[in-house]
Amino acid sequence: MTDRQISEVKANPWRDLKQFTAARIAVGRVGASLPTDELLRFGLAHAMARDAVHLPLSVPKLAADLAHCGFESCVVDSRAPDRATYLLRPDLGRELNAESCADIAKLRSGCDLAVVVGDGLSAIAVQRHALPLLRAFSAFAKHGWNLAPVIIARHARVALGDAIGELLRARLVIMLIGERPGLSSPDSLGAYLTYLPRIGRTDAERNCISNIRPEGLPYEAAARKLLWLTEASLRLALTGVALKDESDLTLIEG
Amino acid sequence: MPYHHTIGHETYRFADLKTLLAKASPTRSGDTLAGIGAATAVERMAAKWALADLPLETLVDNPLIPYETDEITSLICDRHDATGFAEISHFTVGDFRNWLLSESADEATLARLAPALIPEVAAAVSKLMRNQDLILVARKCRVITRFRNTLGLPGRLAVRLQPNHPTDDAKGIAASILDGLLYGAGDAVIGINPASDSMTVLHGLWRMLDNVIQRFAVPTQSCVLTHVTSQIRAIEQGAPIDLVFQSIAGTQAANASFGVNLALLREARDAALSLKRGTVGDNVMYFETGQGSALSANAHHGVDQQTLEARAYGVAREFKPLLVNTVVGFIGPEYLYDGKQIIRAGLEDHFCGKLLGVPLGCDACYTNHAEADQDDMDTLLTVLAAAGVTYIMGIPGADDIMLNYQSTSFHDALYLRETFGLKHAPEFEGWLTRMRLLNQAGKLQDLSASDSLVHALTDMTHAA
Repeated sequence: MTDRQISEVKANPWRDLKQFTAARIAVGRVGASLPTDELLRFGLAHAMARDAVHLPLSVPKLAADLAHCGFESCVVDSRAPDRATYLLRPDLGRELNAESCADIAKLRSGCDLAVVVGDGLSAIAVQRHALPLLRAFSAFAKHGWNLAPVIIARHARVALGDAIGELLRARLVIMLIGERPGLSSPDSLGAYLTYLPRIGRTDAERNCISNIRPEGLPYEAAARKLLWLTEASLRLALTGVALKDESDLTLIEG
Repeated sequence: MPYHHTIGHETYRFADLKTLLAKASPTRSGDTLAGIGAATAVERMAAKWALADLPLETLVDNPLIPYETDEITSLICDRHDATGFAEISHFTVGDFRNWLLSESADEATLARLAPALIPEVAAAVSKLMRNQDLILVARKCRVITRFRNTLGLPGRLAVRLQPNHPTDDAKGIAASILDGLLYGAGDAVIGINPASDSMTVLHGLWRMLDNVIQRFAVPTQSCVLTHVTSQIRAIEQGAPIDLVFQSIAGTQAANASFGVNLALLREARDAALSLKRGTVGDNVMYFETGQGSALSANAHHGVDQQTLEARAYGVAREFKPLLVNTVVGFIGPEYLYDGKQIIRAGLEDHFCGKLLGVPLGCDACYTNHAEADQDDMDTLLTVLAAAGVTYIMGIPGADDIMLNYQSTSFHDALYLRETFGLKHAPEFEGWLTRMRLLNQAGKLQDLSASDSLVHALTDMTHAA
């Protein structure tokens, strides 16, 4: 029975090209359709991604890990009280709750750079990759930048960084946030840079580095890009569509 | 001007036109998020009754967003074919639905009428239509566009080959292109969403796509879906760009949040036209849209997301695009909550686009935080094929490893071809036949590693 099933599957003779990509290439076909094993593989991956969306960020562990590496931190919450509300009300995820506003107001304000670490749509991404990226970034950064404490934000959207950056009077805010999980990547981290963060900034006023994780854009490469964009932003006093990422060019010429 | 409808002893009032449209819209989380959706199911029906009695002229004469402050509104008004509209101006929205479904509204009439329709009229009538109405009428609308092949012909379905890779790795992208071509996909466009916005990387992608298309003489077009300003700059620097891409939305403010305006889109189109790379036509633009983008940019003016989406097609129409694509479930559950809402939105978008004369395809898709799965995509694909959708997405295994969402696959396209007897774009079909990827019966051929195209494409991937 098993043999007969397998014989119905038309395999693709380019399976060795799978070495170049995690994309689901060369999966073969039965008639027009996916072979059973491929169908089940996809179903399992979707199940894992669905489960990942709802995992909470372990804040005490992240704060302890940051402290261990010498990063002072402060925890804030958006106005979304729980995961379910967070998913349906992104507007609440872009605003700080009253208590968090007061907490940030107690921090010293006026800095070059504020880093926010937000759970976004994948807390696993933040849990795994935020600290390694920050360590690589600070190892490269030789400038005497004035840094705010790292802000850990729960139920956060990208624009929550604007509210935080504005309160901190930061010149630039970097938001490290869990991207929406993909089937093959439940743990992708994104980095968003916004110059002169203010409530109401649009996405066109930001730069983004996407898919930061060892299987995607590894920490060192991401940190170099982040550094290039940070330097360029502070020098040119802008972020967004007018700031093109030419870090590769600089490296080649450099 | 107040609008109202009485049901039993209760009179439902709607303060203005945009409120009426929003409350008449089928349920979706985005309108609830914006605080403009109907509060109850009966209120929604009252709004539909009131909308059914609304003269089409009222929609034309009363812009939802002011002419003076929104360049999309002024574009729509300035381009409106008032003479053509005279033919249907006596209709109410309810009459218009009846007429669209009648035999009087045939293919030729609908094509002639498209410039006389404004997006708000298309959106309004769609709100009174069931899914099967949206399918039946869209099926009668024929929008044909050309660049290196002909898209939108009856009995045909095209596929965008989307070979994305999370680090834009050339070999990874080439492997997915090979997979797609050998599964007979790629006639709509081979279009990469780059992870990077580095000009060096982008130039590499344009050259690579151009090489594949030239070397194997594939009658299709390429696109790298980056910001329009980068594409204009790249054209100045000599990049081999076929189609210019941009995400667009239905309000000036939402487009500003994307960093674009109409003047910039005109400049981009002119730049693409100057290259004269099309062989059978000069539709050089590729637009992507999606319900909820204006609300997401806080630029919705209290107008419901489906009406704003139709206005995005009003923008697209101005630039004679080869392809327009509603990326229907990409934006997330706060705008389209589940499979039911995504399927409805896909059909509405396709209907409105086709009625307005725009070559609409659909990225039938969802994210992992939405209440949807691949079964919902199967349903959406099936109803879209029944409605005559111009093209769908083809992604290896329906899993986009760069954009982190699920769409549709090369296999899904085969399923539609098999079920509905749909063929490729004719020029592309000819190429597939010459390359022996299709057999005499027009079915996908079994391939072995020794087949010359498999061999050549594999070599190309290793060398990329």
